[in-house]
Amino acid sequence: MKKKWFSYPYLLWMLLFTVIPMALILYYSLTDTVNGETVFTLANFQKFFQPVYLKVLWHSLVLAFYCTVGCLLIGYPMAAILANQHFVKKKFLIMLIMLPTWMNILLRTYAWMTILERNGVLNSFLGFFGIEPMQFLYTEGAVIMGMIYNFLPFMVLPIYSVLVKMDKSLIEAAEDLGANRIQIFRKVTFPLSAPGVISGIVMVFMPAVSTFVISRLLGGGQFALIGNLIEQQFLWVGDWNFGSALSIVMMVLILLSMAVLNRYDKDKEAGGSLW
Amino acid sequence: MVNKNGESRLSLWLQKGYLFLCFAFLYAPIVILMIFSFNESKSRGQWTGFSFKWYQEAFHNEQILSALYNTILIAVLAAVIATIIGTIAAIGLQDLGKVSKYIALEVNYFPVINPDIVTGISLMLLFIFSKIELGFVTLLLAHISFCIPYVVLSVLPKLKQMDNNLYEAALDLGATPMYALRKVILPQIMPGVFTGMLLAFTLSLDDFVVSFFTTGNGVSNLSITIYNMVRRGVSPQINAICTVMFVTVLLLLVIINIRMNREKKQMQKMDRI
Repeated sequence: MKKKWFSYPYLLWMLLFTVIPMALILYYSLTDTVNGETVFTLANFQKFFQPVYLKVLWHSLVLAFYCTVGCLLIGYPMAAILANQHFVKKKFLIMLIMLPTWMNILLRTYAWMTILERNGVLNSFLGFFGIEPMQFLYTEGAVIMGMIYNFLPFMVLPIYSVLVKMDKSLIEAAEDLGANRIQIFRKVTFPLSAPGVISGIVMVFMPAVSTFVISRLLGGGQFALIGNLIEQQFLWVGDWNFGSALSIVMMVLILLSMAVLNRYDKDKEAGGSLW
Repeated sequence: MVNKNGESRLSLWLQKGYLFLCFAFLYAPIVILMIFSFNESKSRGQWTGFSFKWYQEAFHNEQILSALYNTILIAVLAAVIATIIGTIAAIGLQDLGKVSKYIALEVNYFPVINPDIVTGISLMLLFIFSKIELGFVTLLLAHISFCIPYVVLSVLPKLKQMDNNLYEAALDLGATPMYALRKVILPQIMPGVFTGMLLAFTLSLDDFVVSFFTTGNGVSNLSITIYNMVRRGVSPQINAICTVMFVTVLLLLVIINIRMNREKKQMQKMDRI
């Protein structure tokens, strides 16, 4: 008996729950209902090219960029330290990085509201030192920090797993040949860890662009991102056609940036080379 | 003082300090959540005294209990069903022709890289389009479908490592395909299956975005309940429930870890004998 029959139920499942739903989004994005009749149109995409909406997209990209850079700056040293040191409890420390993701993401973000609000924990703490209460919550900084907080583990782990597998004798060889620490990092360690950095960037940037929860909670609706815009179209405005067009734009953008990044990541096998 | 890495003690302390700060950042909100679950007043910023009252109230609150029940039930069902479908699918995918395998794997990968919000909306459109009423069933279906790809992706590498001759040998020795599958293939890919199931379970447990779009009829899980509460202020009862969940997960992890260590030690002992 050929085993390939086993895959047929799932192929059908994928058709039903992946292919058809995506086709539906595409269909909605390309149609509009005029006087009860459905007509094909590009108006939804045209609508997107208004300055208001372009600004929202630009803003989402900028915030996601800051978040990715922040995660990289904080996460790379973390991964490097964890990979280099002979900590007795290395596995345990790695688990500690993943553990916070097991607590509900909404609740963790809500906890930041408790910390950052005007009479919250941070301001009370600063008050001990005689510092006047400041506005932390509902600022752009709060949104970026919330994103970094939520996505940092996804930057640390891939970099760590590459660094820990790295052949340490390469560094010794570079030392023997007279390279200093900065040169070793620039010429040996960093290039070798590039695959990990790239998958880290992908895993952080993607959810950061599309989030609508973090910006809603920590930005208080002032800093609407494209995710918020899509949510609004479907749940409050009821313009499914425009919402679908926005989703398509965001999806294409993410897939394109992944395609560019994946050029540098050659050892992918189980799918994903196309995207 | 220089250790065997050629690093000074100062640099070691700096590194440890840096790690400590990072972990403090990661755990600050969780610690604060837990502390305020024991706070006497409802205020989320001011500490007024120690009390267990939110724990008592939480376990008598119909709304929260039903959300907790839905969350856990869906996570268990979605993990089990996705693991079954995904494992069977992965075994079959191996034998597909080159082109169809390529296409199938790409489509399988799609939900992994697709933003959650797009996945959620596409499924919502599907359910509304096919006139299925949004509720528990749609929520479960949505969770199963975003979990399967992860199961497939964790089982496939194990299948690749496996020696296919073993399966053939079992068939030659008279095993039926089903028997060979159960006795030869399954035991070897079990670690991958287990990883996939665990991944599916945690993903489902933590999901908000997909659930938010695919539920209806008043069916809600913990994430949705919290989201709806945020504007009026989240009740400390939620803090209490989540503290209990977090501690449970932590305990489970520690137990699994200890047991695995013990097994490893026993194995080492056996090897020595």
